[in-house]
Amino acid sequence: MQWETVIGLEIHAQLATKSKIFSGASTAYGAEPNTQACAVDLGLPGTLPVLNEQAVRFAVKFGLAIGAHIAPYSVFARKNYFYPDLPKGYQTSQFDKPIVGLGQIDIVVDGEIKTIGVTRAHLEEDAGKSLHEDYQGMTGVDLNRAGTPLLEIVSEPDMRSSAEAVAYVKKLHTLVQYLGICDGNMQEGSFRCDVNVSVRPMGQEEFGTRAEIKNLNSFRFIEKAIAHEVERQIDVIESGGKVVQETRLYDSNKDETRSMRSKEEANDYRYFPCPDLLPVEITSELLDDMRDSLPELPAAKKQRFQQQYGLNEYDSDVLTTQRAMANFYEDAVNFADAESKLVANWVMGELSAGLNQHSLTISTSPVSAERLGGLVKRIADQTISGKIAKKVFEFMWGSESSADEIIEREGLMQISDTGELEKIIDQLMADNEAQVEQFRAGKTKVLGFFVGSIMKQTQGKANPQEVNKLLQEKLKE
Amino acid sequence: MSIQSEDVLKIAHLARLGIQDEQVESYASDLTNIMGLVEQMNQVDTTGIEPMAHPLDQVQRLRPDVVSEKNQREALQKNAPDIQDGLFLVPRVIE
Repeated sequence: MQWETVIGLEIHAQLATKSKIFSGASTAYGAEPNTQACAVDLGLPGTLPVLNEQAVRFAVKFGLAIGAHIAPYSVFARKNYFYPDLPKGYQTSQFDKPIVGLGQIDIVVDGEIKTIGVTRAHLEEDAGKSLHEDYQGMTGVDLNRAGTPLLEIVSEPDMRSSAEAVAYVKKLHTLVQYLGICDGNMQEGSFRCDVNVSVRPMGQEEFGTRAEIKNLNSFRFIEKAIAHEVERQIDVIESGGKVVQETRLYDSNKDETRSMRSKEEANDYRYFPCPDLLPVEITSELLDDMRDSLPELPAAKKQRFQQQYGLNEYDSDVLTTQRAMANFYEDAVNFADAESKLVANWVMGELSAGLNQHSLTISTSPVSAERLGGLVKRIADQTISGKIAKKVFEFMWGSESSADEIIEREGLMQISDTGELEKIIDQLMADNEAQVEQFRAGKTKVLGFFVGSIMKQTQGKANPQEVNKLLQEKLKE
Repeated sequence: MSIQSEDVLKIAHLARLGIQDEQVESYASDLTNIMGLVEQMNQVDTTGIEPMAHPLDQVQRLRPDVVSEKNQREALQKNAPDIQDGLFLVPRVIE
């Protein structure tokens, strides 16, 4: 039988606020356990939540970016369950009146554009962390993360393959970073993903029973977990069984999903409106303010890069995936006096390779956009060749010097002076009469020998076009 | 609506409340009475009235995004039954 996969995603994006959603404790990552957990985060009796304005603004910004309806009034609700890293016994979340309503996002898979519906996005608080090892049979609880603002973004079950799911996640990952509302750090858990997967016979209208795979924190894991889960469900059905609605965990070491111990009374969260928080009003002032603050979004930027800089689709895509990368590129083009294609090659080639090799990002690049632009400028005006430029780039990586300073100091200026080159060529021909004869006898391949010798002698500084031209002329005399 | 013993036990379990067997019946009857009151309120015609999310007819005040809390771990952990390496220790929750 032919099976169709149906996927819906829930993404938790930690909002990049300084303080928590309901308290003034810091949200900075990596602090000593419980040093950023105040009385409110600990759920001590008598404490009350006060909502962080920035969290609200970030949620609105996201909603506007996906063309969603922003609720003029949204309501916080309590989701009740017991777990040691949730001290209050409930998570303050939103239920039937979320801040962001129906929106949409376009993804591209195999060159085809597909629109994925975003059902809703709501504000909620993160829980703390439980550590189950090394405490003499006890569980250790760190509440630093408790109360960190999250935006939970829920998609429609619109995706039909793991490739579509990954494209959607990547799109959102790029978007939240563009908007500056989430740092997107997946290792630190700032951007995590739960996947709902089901299968149904091709052509069937009705959805199959779904399983939820929790807490996937890399694009690769998402892809693998879905592939595995689809296979498992088809196996279950084809061998006469039934898929059970449950939560599963993906084990990246074994590359399999396994059932979490089925919670009794699962999903009986008994949501009710939180009496400690009043409805949140989004005024038209705030809406306008956020609308004005929207940056150029990735899709628009990509299109502009193609038009303004004459880049192809692939290059534009790579350069606009990160906002910092796009800014770096545009700055470098400015400093290089146009030469947009050449700058693109250097940013995506030499620079990116260097950053990868040293595990750096574009924001921590040792070579600034100004210095890279200055280098490309000198390639373009033929002061140096592309080959020498790589050498200059290496010097730049380890210093603060500009391309011009390095070219000057290291004497790397290209030799284009015809007189000087002629002198070198004449000497070379006098020293290698045999090769000259060979060339004149029709063995034009020895031209490479001459070019190589000249480059060696000038340490690569001879202008290659000029050398070729002069050699051809002189050898044919 | 009548609340049965098994409803009481389920609600108590969800809320992690320990109640004595001999109390179950009186809770069931108390809760049934409360539901009766709710049922009575449900009789009121509320057509055209927008439900309120909160009894106060006001909107939430917002707080500027500023870190205003200092580290008070030592004080906050004074009442904790068990701590280690800055962590609260609790009975193990998974095997």
